[in-house]
Amino acid sequence: MLLLIEQGLNGVQLGLLLFLVAAGLTLIFGIMDVVNLAHGSFYMMGAYFAATATAWTGSLLAGLAFGLIATLALGVAIETVALRRLYGRDHLDHVLGTFGLILFFNELVRLVWGPAGLSLTLPAWLSQSVEIMDGINYPAYRLAIVAVSLAVVAFLYVLVMHTRLGMLIRAGASNREMIGALGINITLLFTLVFGLGAALAGLAGLMQAPILTVQIGMGENILILAFVVIVIGGIGSIRGAFIAALFVGLVDTAGRAFLPDLLRLLLSPKAASSAGPALSSMLIYLLMASVLVVRPEGLFPAARK
Amino acid sequence: MKTLANARGVAVVLVAAALVLLPAAVAATGNGFLLVIGTRIVIMAIAAVSLNLILGYGGMVSFGHAAYLGIGGYAVGILAHSGIHSGLVQWPVAILASGVFALLVGMLSLRTRGVYFIMVTLAFAQMAYYVATGLDAFGGDDGLTIYRRSQFGLVDLSNKVVFYYVCLALLAATLILVWRLASSRFGLVVQGSRSNDKRMQALGFPTYRYRLVCFVVAGMLCGLAGALLANHSDFISPATMHWTRSGDLLVMVILGGMRSLFGPVLGAIALLTLEEGLSEITEYWQIILGPLLLAVVLYARGGIDGLLEGLATRRMRARRTAPEPVDALAEARHA
Repeated sequence: MLLLIEQGLNGVQLGLLLFLVAAGLTLIFGIMDVVNLAHGSFYMMGAYFAATATAWTGSLLAGLAFGLIATLALGVAIETVALRRLYGRDHLDHVLGTFGLILFFNELVRLVWGPAGLSLTLPAWLSQSVEIMDGINYPAYRLAIVAVSLAVVAFLYVLVMHTRLGMLIRAGASNREMIGALGINITLLFTLVFGLGAALAGLAGLMQAPILTVQIGMGENILILAFVVIVIGGIGSIRGAFIAALFVGLVDTAGRAFLPDLLRLLLSPKAASSAGPALSSMLIYLLMASVLVVRPEGLFPAARK
Repeated sequence: MKTLANARGVAVVLVAAALVLLPAAVAATGNGFLLVIGTRIVIMAIAAVSLNLILGYGGMVSFGHAAYLGIGGYAVGILAHSGIHSGLVQWPVAILASGVFALLVGMLSLRTRGVYFIMVTLAFAQMAYYVATGLDAFGGDDGLTIYRRSQFGLVDLSNKVVFYYVCLALLAATLILVWRLASSRFGLVVQGSRSNDKRMQALGFPTYRYRLVCFVVAGMLCGLAGALLANHSDFISPATMHWTRSGDLLVMVILGGMRSLFGPVLGAIALLTLEEGLSEITEYWQIILGPLLLAVVLYARGGIDGLLEGLATRRMRARRTAPEPVDALAEARHA
């Protein structure tokens, strides 16, 4: 029971982080029709910016705030310099162009920060455990991640559903040409959406920074998980991304935590210990495959024009 | 390719001659490293040509093609590890295993279109990657050293020149196969499905099956390249099927020129030579390669083959107005 609650929280935390990355990807795809592989690079850059700024200022909060603003600025800059030229092109062009961007960012990080990873230490008030229930302690920082992510989810909901900008975003997702024809400055709108997506990915990366090592290539693993999330959720749908992200987070965490033990009941210990990790890392892909068999468009396909 | 008297024909003949004469040049200069690079280029060219079969002719943007390189390689590695060294066993197993994986991936991913297809093929290749890292019995993350190359009786693959010519012969065979396939009725259906799938279905072709067969054939060809690659490096590790390898293969096809028979070969030569050249200049060569790729995408559509075709002047316009395969087939049906 104890383990179940703890793993459940871990799963929710992974799911929320995945949502932050997937939301940006799905927004950018839904509105600009661009496949952005370099989205994982923003996740990585967010973590590096935050780690560096924390080392400079000595304050984690200042570091995180700087990281967030810096990724937003980076996203806007990349959109203006490169991505803008890819709009309206073939998806294959997006894949190749942004693949080039990934190579660039990874090498840039190696050049500036060196090949070794960075680590970020938590201040005392965040590195303790909190008793969330009788006898169940959970790290305060992980709870903070969950709280911040939920706040961002609420913020995104209000932004997309209840503001003028959100209305434009939704309108852009359903018919790009039309809102341009209605006199909306879509160049600016696209830049804003791209910056927002980059900042969300950066936020996910910088929040993970104190838990994982900040290293080159950290963005790519999460990017592929985010792809799985938006394929399951339906491309272009934020609601689908949210549900699928939590689902994937919980299934992945549960698989890693419980599958090896379950296999041990069925197989010999030796077979179970070798098949366990392989099978649990396959779990979310099998989940994606089964969703595709039933619903090739994902669970919540965005209404297309 | 009706007449060779144009820039593209000249380039193809020159490249073919250079590839055939490479071992002689190595023997003359004594630069053995050139042969190592040359073999690698030829093997990657086979993989790129196989990707072009689905990407260029079939319009299926597979972002998981490196998985077959890994599966073919692991088939050789695992068999060698268990004491089976005969190439007559290893290579067919490599090809069949890749074919089975391609069948499973294709059955699911071909139900989807566009971006979904890109992401789904990437995700399944990543799954294969994680399974390989979990193969603790066969080295896991660290990979598996192959102590003996595939045995083919009299043909000794540990001889570098012999191995190079075997790879080159297989590249030629792959090119002939892809050429015959692309211009066959089967190839026309696949190409027709690329340009207008609904119309092909309305004409009565079960396009899903045609595309699936094409996907599996490409996977098997790439599996063969994987078996060669494992023999070439005497080593196989999950890194072979890392998703950036799939990206590299896509780059080779685009850089060389999609939908052109020899384009992927030119692309493989260009990308691998560029990598070697840039890494001579600076340790951080990818910082140049990345933006270069972006520039190719933005400004050099059609790749090297497109440039060569541009040099071939007016023929371009004639080709542009050539009927799409779907129209050719439709006419054939009516006739």
